[in-house]
Amino acid sequence: MNPDDLHYTRSHEWVRINGQIGTIGITEHAQKELGEIVYLELPEVGHVYNAEEEFGTVESVKAVSEIYTPVSGEVIEVNKGAVGQPGIVNDDPFGDGWLIKLKLSSDEEVGKLMSAEQYAEYVQSEEKAK
Amino acid sequence: MSAPTPTELKRTPLYSLHRELGAKIVDFGGWEMPVQYEGILDEHRAVRERAGLFDVSHMGEFEFTGPDALATLQRLTPNDVGKLTDGRCQYSAFLTEAGTFVDDLLVYRLKEDSYMIVVNAGNTPKDFEWARSHSQGQLRLENKTDAYALIAVQGPLAVRLVARVADSDPSDLHYYGFRKMKILGEPALVSRTGYTGEDGFEICVAAEAAESVFRSLLEAGRPEGVVPCGLGARDTLRLEAKMALYGNDIDATVTPWEADLGWIVKMKKGDFLGREALERQKREGVPRKLVGFEMIDRGIARHGYGAMTPAGAGIVTSGTHSPTLGKPIGLALLPSGADAVGTEFDVDIRGHERRARVVETPFYKRRKDVPA
Repeated sequence: MNPDDLHYTRSHEWVRINGQIGTIGITEHAQKELGEIVYLELPEVGHVYNAEEEFGTVESVKAVSEIYTPVSGEVIEVNKGAVGQPGIVNDDPFGDGWLIKLKLSSDEEVGKLMSAEQYAEYVQSEEKAK
Repeated sequence: MSAPTPTELKRTPLYSLHRELGAKIVDFGGWEMPVQYEGILDEHRAVRERAGLFDVSHMGEFEFTGPDALATLQRLTPNDVGKLTDGRCQYSAFLTEAGTFVDDLLVYRLKEDSYMIVVNAGNTPKDFEWARSHSQGQLRLENKTDAYALIAVQGPLAVRLVARVADSDPSDLHYYGFRKMKILGEPALVSRTGYTGEDGFEICVAAEAAESVFRSLLEAGRPEGVVPCGLGARDTLRLEAKMALYGNDIDATVTPWEADLGWIVKMKKGDFLGREALERQKREGVPRKLVGFEMIDRGIARHGYGAMTPAGAGIVTSGTHSPTLGKPIGLALLPSGADAVGTEFDVDIRGHERRARVVETPFYKRRKDVPA
């Protein structure tokens, strides 16, 4: 269920690399754990982040969760549709529920992220530890 | 080999049914309880528009029986138990000598010399010890928590639903009235009470009967969109109705005056625990008040977040996204002087100052169509 063409973090974000542009969102597992998302706080265009830096929050009725950039770069687009209708992130976390797009500042960071297969294993081991 | 569980969690008689219905289970006050089934927002809407079923069997029930039951409850609680007639219940509390909450609860008058109280799950052992240590005279005090299950049926369709499964039509029950009925042949105590701001009932049955009663209510309501609801929806529903939650909005640091629950304190009835402190606080002035607020800036202010007002610091006691209003709401204890409707203040949302405004409560009020 985790698309093969994405790269994943241990904090349950994903990034899709397209040339110099990285599209970032949260995973299916993350949205399921949070429950119905009612509020998104996302940065302004132009903000520059280092990898693993907090760039916003996702809130469900019961919980709030910080979200972290998988890679470094400058925000070039924010998903306004998702801010207006946060439920999109529940319905389609890998598609229309994306959060921000970054102009990447490094090509080397992606290699440190998990593949879909590694991420699936990681989620499984996390579940077991519960 | 399985890992040892750190603390033994308790389960209600409906636990396996929750599992079967696909509930997400969480630890709540030492109990394994359903926080949601399909989703909090849908369950919330079902209760506002149709009806929902809640397992609240984790709540504690104590019975007070004997010639000194009334005198004991009069001393233990600030509301006037003497005003209750058979088949009526009242909202009240256990208070410390400092006039602060040990717990909030319901007192039922079953008949002369016979009362039941319903207390919060997490407080049950503490409350029972509190009741025991303040009981005197000819009185039998029993903890019936494990013997009973409690099922809440809440929402505009609740009357029809209960009428369909019970041997008696509950539509003539007054708000805070109750009656013994039979459901599937099992004795049930049905009260017109709840914690959602909707019309509805709480049904007390023997633990062994709980699953069949819950199933029959669910089957009777399914065609009309009645759903099982978890503690998540219970929390958003009660917050919209501005009903206090022990451990969030009220606790052993808060008095009824501060919690805007002065109406449960009946000074004319005679002495009771906490009375002196409450008289003193009323004389000297209530330092803070529990108020409802809405966010002006974006963000959800949650339990424990700091508040900064023109009159000093306060604290957010409850906060959520209101499914009915579609915006963030909350309750806060704010210093007197900053508690008037319209007062603006800042909430510290994870390091960011966000503007909020005191508003009229309850946030949500249903149409009144129940005999008072």
